Amino acid sequence: MTTTPQTRPGGTLTTAEAMVRAEGVRKNFGRLEVLKGIDLTVTSGQVCCLLGPSGSGKSTFLRCINHLEKIDGGRLTVSGVPVGYRQRDGRLHELREREVAEHRRSIGMVFQRFNLFPHLTALENVTEAPVRVARRQRAQVREEAMELLDRVGLADRAHHHPAQLSGGQQQRVAIARALAMKPRLMLFDEPTSALDPELVGDVLDVMRSLAEDGMTMVVVTHEIGFAREVADTAVFMDDGIVVEAGSPRDVLTRPQHKRTRAFLSKVL
Amino acid sequence: MTTASVTAGTSRADAPPPDEPRIVPVRHWGRWIAALVALLAVGGLIGSLARNANLHWDIVGDYLFEGLIFDGLATTLWLTAAAMALGLVLGTLLAVLRLSHNPVLYGLSTLFVWVFRGTPLLVQIIFWGYAAALYKKVLIGIPFTHITFISGDTNSLLTPSVAALLALGLNEAAYASEIVRAGIQSVDAGQTEAAHSLGMRPALTMRRIVLPQAMRVIIPPMGNETINMLKMTALVSVIAAHDLMSNIQDVYAQNYQVIPMLVVASIWYLSLVSLLSLPQAWLERRYGRGQSAGGTSPLARLFSAGVLPRKAANAQAGPSKTVKDPA
Ligand SMILES: Nc1ncnc2c1ncn2[C@@H]1O[C@H](COP(=O)(O)OP(=O)(O)OP(=O)(O)O)[C@@H](O)[C@H]1O
Ligand SMILES: [Mg+2]
Repeated sequence: MTTTPQTRPGGTLTTAEAMVRAEGVRKNFGRLEVLKGIDLTVTSGQVCCLLGPSGSGKSTFLRCINHLEKIDGGRLTVSGVPVGYRQRDGRLHELREREVAEHRRSIGMVFQRFNLFPHLTALENVTEAPVRVARRQRAQVREEAMELLDRVGLADRAHHHPAQLSGGQQQRVAIARALAMKPRLMLFDEPTSALDPELVGDVLDVMRSLAEDGMTMVVVTHEIGFAREVADTAVFMDDGIVVEAGSPRDVLTRPQHKRTRAFLSKVL
Repeated sequence: MTTASVTAGTSRADAPPPDEPRIVPVRHWGRWIAALVALLAVGGLIGSLARNANLHWDIVGDYLFEGLIFDGLATTLWLTAAAMALGLVLGTLLAVLRLSHNPVLYGLSTLFVWVFRGTPLLVQIIFWGYAAALYKKVLIGIPFTHITFISGDTNSLLTPSVAALLALGLNEAAYASEIVRAGIQSVDAGQTEAAHSLGMRPALTMRRIVLPQAMRVIIPPMGNETINMLKMTALVSVIAAHDLMSNIQDVYAQNYQVIPMLVVASIWYLSLVSLLSLPQAWLERRYGRGQSAGGTSPLARLFSAGVLPRKAANAQAGPSKTVKDPA
């Protein structure tokens, strides 16, 4: 594990280590090879933006990180622990569902289609996992949940059901729900692509403030402006491989690769 | 005209201009005639039934609140409730097994549904009633060991009531499992993924996230199943399980008043079925919470449909009203 001093946009200097490390990660769906050997490191406290054309495997890779998909080859670790396996006697033992669930608690995920629980209110969406999974005191969880909802600007909507909220509001509740488990890592899969343009800003603001607080984030996004401004590394994926990775300034402004240039010329 | 309407427009904005034609709605004469004919026909039928001496309304009146009939009614009710409970619990289990990745569990669940849906309920009831002819003694334990949990004479364990409950409950489980499975599959896969990403285990996800949402799809057909079950309990009269129908048959076997006794039975079955529709409507509302149109009562829907004044509708159906604070 390499330890390098890291400067955050917020200006704080932290000692950083690899939060996510992927080495030659492969994944197939049947005969379709979706990930063909992904190499990627996300340092603790950093924001990594994944970009790439549709079908390049961005979502699949993100889902592999919290074991919603099982990898078929390579090595993938979160905080040095292999995802979905336990290393013992030089072998990787597959984890039980229970143990995988334990693992996922420290990884928050935000989905393109929000996936809020429609039968629960915004507040109940946020309190569900801390109460049922982490088995914490309900009163204290509620208090924290209200603070989180306040942070995403939705304290006044706490008792609304998802159907009574706009897309942007739902996505901010979804972020609060993920944060309630106090994750070390947050994964975002195109969090703004299902939103009307005027609602995108509120969600990006919340994500920006998370980044400023030093949350480690992997963000699949088509928001080039956000990537340029907030990301520490930008990664361009195409056809199941990482084509180009580096500082957003390099990758987004002076792309080395033809494929990156072609993609950027389309989205900008 | 133009200058006049400009000056008048500010004071009487809502009143139609005097020269606007009056709207005359279409008169549906055909509908009125059809309704009248239908009413006459039904009225005539009811009148002739009421005056028919063979119907013996006096006997109907005598037996409607008779003790034996009430006993049968009580049996029918608990049998319905118990069979539905057994069916729902076992059916949910079967549905989960059927959706599991374990091929053996999947196979067993499929086999169960195949057998119990594929044979007539009447056959199953008689089968359980005469199970003693198949096995004289019942031994429930671990196969190939000497460990037993229940043992005894089949006839004393499988009383007609127990046989009836087993027959109805197991049959219901087969149907309920299909309904529950359809309900579970109707819930978006994203819900399970979101729950898993929060660290929820499969069983907790099923119980807290998937099943409550599946209820919306499960409850309407299960309501129908319950109503059906209430009527199907009449079939267990073939093994003399002392339900309403058994007792009705006992009575007319003695007094030969078949038709009046069947009227008594019909009156009770009809009343119970009507009563059962009330909790079904309530449950549908309860599990419709959070969905756009589902969370309002029929009264509130009447308001919002504009049948009753709007102001009252807001007080009735405001979102903050339907949302209850859990703590
Ligand atoms: N469960 C699945 N079964 C089969 N194929 C799948 C599955 N999930 C994804 N794929 C395929 O894998 C490929 C990569 O999909 P993925 O969703 O990772 O792409 P993406 O980069 O996120 O694209 P987008 O920008 O459209 O979201 C696609 O060709 C897709 O059809
Ligand atoms: Mg995707």
